[in-house]
Amino acid sequence: MLNYIIRRLVMIIPVLLGVSIIAFSLLHMIPGDPARSMLGNKANEAQLEQLREELRLNDPYLVQYGRFVTSTLQGDLGKSVKSNNPVGEELKNRLPATMELSLFAIFIATVVGVLAGVIAAVKQYSWFDNLSMTGALFGVSIPIFWLGLMMIMLFSVTLQWLPPSGRLSTGVELDTITNFYILDSILTLNWTAFKDSVTHLLMPGIALGTIPMAIIARMTRSSMLEVLNQDYIRTANAKGLASYLVVFQHALKNAFLPVLTVIGLQFGFLLGGAVLTETIFSWPGVGRYVLQAILGRDYPVVQSTILVVAVMFVFINLLTDILYKYIDPRIRFD
Amino acid sequence: MEQEPILEVDNLHTHFFTKSGVVKAVDGVSFSVKPGETLGIVGESGSGKSITAMSIMRLIKDPPGKIVEGGLTFKGEDLLAKSEKEMRSIRGDRISMIFQDPMTSLNPVFTVEKQMVETIRAHRNVSKKQAIDRAVELLELVGIPSPRSRLKSYPHEFSGGMRQRVMIALALSCDPEVLIADEPTTALDVTIQAQILELLGRLQKELGMAIVMITHDLGVVAEVCDRVMVMYAGKPVEFAEVTELFDHPKHPYTWGLIGSIPNMENRQERLEAIKGLPPDLRALPEGCSFAPRCKHAMDKCQSKDPDFKEESAGHQVRCLLYEEEEVAVK
Ligand code: SF4
Repeated sequence: MLNYIIRRLVMIIPVLLGVSIIAFSLLHMIPGDPARSMLGNKANEAQLEQLREELRLNDPYLVQYGRFVTSTLQGDLGKSVKSNNPVGEELKNRLPATMELSLFAIFIATVVGVLAGVIAAVKQYSWFDNLSMTGALFGVSIPIFWLGLMMIMLFSVTLQWLPPSGRLSTGVELDTITNFYILDSILTLNWTAFKDSVTHLLMPGIALGTIPMAIIARMTRSSMLEVLNQDYIRTANAKGLASYLVVFQHALKNAFLPVLTVIGLQFGFLLGGAVLTETIFSWPGVGRYVLQAILGRDYPVVQSTILVVAVMFVFINLLTDILYKYIDPRIRFD
Repeated sequence: MEQEPILEVDNLHTHFFTKSGVVKAVDGVSFSVKPGETLGIVGESGSGKSITAMSIMRLIKDPPGKIVEGGLTFKGEDLLAKSEKEMRSIRGDRISMIFQDPMTSLNPVFTVEKQMVETIRAHRNVSKKQAIDRAVELLELVGIPSPRSRLKSYPHEFSGGMRQRVMIALALSCDPEVLIADEPTTALDVTIQAQILELLGRLQKELGMAIVMITHDLGVVAEVCDRVMVMYAGKPVEFAEVTELFDHPKHPYTWGLIGSIPNMENRQERLEAIKGLPPDLRALPEGCSFAPRCKHAMDKCQSKDPDFKEESAGHQVRCLLYEEEEVAVK
């Protein structure tokens, strides 16, 4: 197992190199002068030259790339052209915000999706099956911004149950340690902040989790249907096991494998693609940050953020594979 | 003293209600088994022999399947009157089952230990440690070398024959009184087949259980069974003691089966295979269901469904040839 992890880590190196090349070339793939595209038409030659100097755009590509890689490895992710703030500093707050949101979303999606999928498969063609699968069909096709706005209208405006935006209400104090607010509030035993951050997380989490939930439910159902017809399920029944054991242990552990792949992929997408949700709920995460950077042509920010998200994606994949191995003993890695 | 039968199947009808019609998979099967006895049920795939087994276990998926008629009695208790919960406490404990393909019949993602221990603990109030000890004992009983360490293995780490031994150990976990073996050797190669049959015979002698041996292979029947029921298209067509059946087979279908036993020199070669396919169970012919494939079919076979009746002591057959004889004798 350890061998496998080490080997996979080594195999990640070329992937990361590729990602870094893509992130780096972003700046140079835009037609025309990168300095001009960042500063816009109103900039004069002196300003442009200053930016080129600052970003050392006049050096040969290879030198620039080498610098990009070495400084990234040293933890220096560059500075925003617009605000001059270091990207690393920004991400230190925003990455945990996005991770917290995505983790919550994928958690809800997995729990609800798997449960619905299992019940739908066990009670195939029942009203529950029909209802949940119709729901899942809606779930995958629903526009998130619409869903988000409807939730805000219902739960924040009309019912006033949940706060419409942000991570914490103004006036609620929280000493941050990890910048995962829920974790921090537990670590500091700050229950006011805990309750407050959970209520802030609910709506964006559910909105973000809707599509993965629907995909997971459908995947679980079809995978369970296949597994329930297997001989070993007949054996489990013939052994006289209680039916919840047959379904949730014998069947689900087998049926979960393809679902796990989907969960891993979806989680990766969430990390990089929470842009809409973060925008609607004013969630101070990576998605909104990178969106603003793209719109503002703040390329150093875009570059570094892409790199960071891609690295996380790669590690989530690794984690999925390790879990896979853990669940399915037949998988050999040598 | 004549022993009481432990399991009695009486005029069992299991039908499947599908969109394209009612499939009469089992249509009037009766037999009984005594402790220590081995009863064979022989027939092609689709003859209803496996459905009979699943019906006894009450494992027919409903819908579409249903036991529509008949009785199942185990030690004087009516199995059909039992709740699902009561059935679950019988399955794997008093009546257990082994299956054709040991490759797919064990759960690939659990160790043998987990699969054995959960079975034992589902039926016996014992600690995990006691259950493990019992599992070791069982693996030893079925001839698996170094059983304690093998418990930690996953099914795919065993060979086919060893896997079937594990499956048998699993079925014997709680000293069942009836073991239903559904084609237990079909997926194995010839030498392993013989070993598994020998093992089953030895275990039966040691443990005294009744075995219902379901197979398409009369060779297996000859080796292990005491009495045999031949099934065709959901119905029994011949029932006799095993020596009687081989010495005086009466039904044309049995003749075909006996003719098609592969001989020892060349097991692949079928001497006299039965031509044609089993009939569509949704639309059985009006007369004898074997008529389309029967070499001895007569005119009346097309219109009259023969009764299943005793021809000589303990030997029943379903064929109009024997009514013919009566007429001829008169
Ligand atoms: S009844 Fe007629 S068709 Fe049927 S087995 Fe006997 S001889 Fe053949």
